Amino acid sequence: MQEIAMLDAIERYIRGEMLPEERVFFEQLRKSNPSVDQMVVEHTVFLNQMNKFGDRKNFRNTLNEVHNDLFEAGSIKERPQARIILWKKYQRVIAVAASIAGIVAIAISGLITYFSPKHSPEVELLKSRLNGVINKQKNFDQKLSATENALDNFKKSANAPTTQGKFGGTGFLLDARGYIATSAHVVNKADSVYVQNIKGEYFKVTPVYINDTTDVAILKIESKDFGNGKQLPYSIRKSGAEIGEEIFTLGYPRNEIVYNRGYLSAISGLNGDTMAYQIAIAANPGNSGGPIFNQSGEVIGILSGKQVSAEGVVFSSKARNIFKALDEIRKDTTTENLHVPLVSGVKDLDRVQQIKKIEDCIFIVRSY
Amino acid sequence: MRTEINEQALLKGLAVNDRIAVEAIYKQHFNMVQTMIVSNNGGPEDAKDIFQEAMIVLYEKVKSGSFELNCLIKTYLYSVCRRLWLKRLNQMQRFPNTAEAAEDIAPVEEDMAKHEERNDEFVLMERAMHGLGEPCKTLLEAYYLEKKSMMDIAAAFGYTNADNAKNQKYKCLMRLKKIFFDQYKNSGG
Repeated sequence: MQEIAMLDAIERYIRGEMLPEERVFFEQLRKSNPSVDQMVVEHTVFLNQMNKFGDRKNFRNTLNEVHNDLFEAGSIKERPQARIILWKKYQRVIAVAASIAGIVAIAISGLITYFSPKHSPEVELLKSRLNGVINKQKNFDQKLSATENALDNFKKSANAPTTQGKFGGTGFLLDARGYIATSAHVVNKADSVYVQNIKGEYFKVTPVYINDTTDVAILKIESKDFGNGKQLPYSIRKSGAEIGEEIFTLGYPRNEIVYNRGYLSAISGLNGDTMAYQIAIAANPGNSGGPIFNQSGEVIGILSGKQVSAEGVVFSSKARNIFKALDEIRKDTTTENLHVPLVSGVKDLDRVQQIKKIEDCIFIVRSY
Repeated sequence: MRTEINEQALLKGLAVNDRIAVEAIYKQHFNMVQTMIVSNNGGPEDAKDIFQEAMIVLYEKVKSGSFELNCLIKTYLYSVCRRLWLKRLNQMQRFPNTAEAAEDIAPVEEDMAKHEERNDEFVLMERAMHGLGEPCKTLLEAYYLEKKSMMDIAAAFGYTNADNAKNQKYKCLMRLKKIFFDQYKNSGG
């Protein structure tokens, strides 16, 4: 209570609300009593603070009111952050530029995809791309057969496809009635497939079996006239080959038949693939689908691709995949059953003789 | 010159919180400040805050009486705003677009140092008031800030008479002083 009375007195004193006698009395009290004096000083400071505080609060309120009034009157406008301004200003330009960039990017990647050779990064599949081959072939044929029968000429070009092919590979007869084995990747994207034998004769074929996992395809020559009835000179080996076995291949990396030889390096393919062998042999685009023969002239595999990042590593699908294919074809009752030879007819011949007998059964495969 | 006279008049009005003067100054200078802030990594809210803070600096300066503005209000406000904004950007770890040339910049360091001091005091005061709770806060505000009479307050708060109200006021005041001085000591003031 005392304190309150004191405070009251102090406030009245400070505010000048005291009567003159009171004031005189109070001032004397201040002089004589230091604690009272202190309180007066403190309170003065305090009141000062409160006043200033009040002033500022009021001023702040004024500012806010003024701001709102001016804003409503339109004298001041809210401007968004510069980045946003820039964005809004250039929004359309940016949108157009972005669309153009997007379209160009898609176009370029489309072109690249279209023109780039399709191969897995590790293994290069050895089908060849064909360019203007047909014309060359025709000219070559015509030159060669200048002395031949005109009918022969006609026969050769009669069945020829009229457009350039896209991919080329090699194939070989499985059955003399016109079943040809090749690699699946040579024909799997084709609309139509043709084959050409060593004599240059063309035959249209239909794929009757394509297996991308084993990379085996079997084609059937459409013409019913095909088939010389002769038995195939080589055989397809049922059991596996062994590493170290000497091997050879015949194929069409170019428009002439090419012979190459090598040996079996491993009984599994890339990354331990049990569907394939690894062989050491010179192989080039166009060799895909070609037969891999052992010394006896038995087909032990179908050439598939080479490993890009390694030296002298070529892969071939195992011959047992051919038998697997035959089994599956057998299940399908609409096709006739194939009979592949199981005994080689060129076993004891020397290499040159072997090739002479085999080469008639090796075909260029052209897919369109 | 006319502008000078006008500016003096405006400043006088500002010193007493004259609404018309405040409005005139605000209207004349806000957009310029907003442009500066907006093109320096800031938004319209920032512009409002900074501008009003600068206005307070100017207000306190002219209120103190011992003041002569040697440059245009525009220059002064701009300099203060720029300082305030750069400081705030630094605090927020955001960096301004350009290091603008120091042309037309008024020497505002001293004023700003004082401003900061005052600000700190006011923050303390505000906190103390807040710590009071009701009814003390409103009561004290009514008496000391709004300068209402004891009679009005008694009526508004439902006290039987002015004396009762007065007693209550002093009780609140004592509490406030305690809180305030405690804080003051704690903050090393």
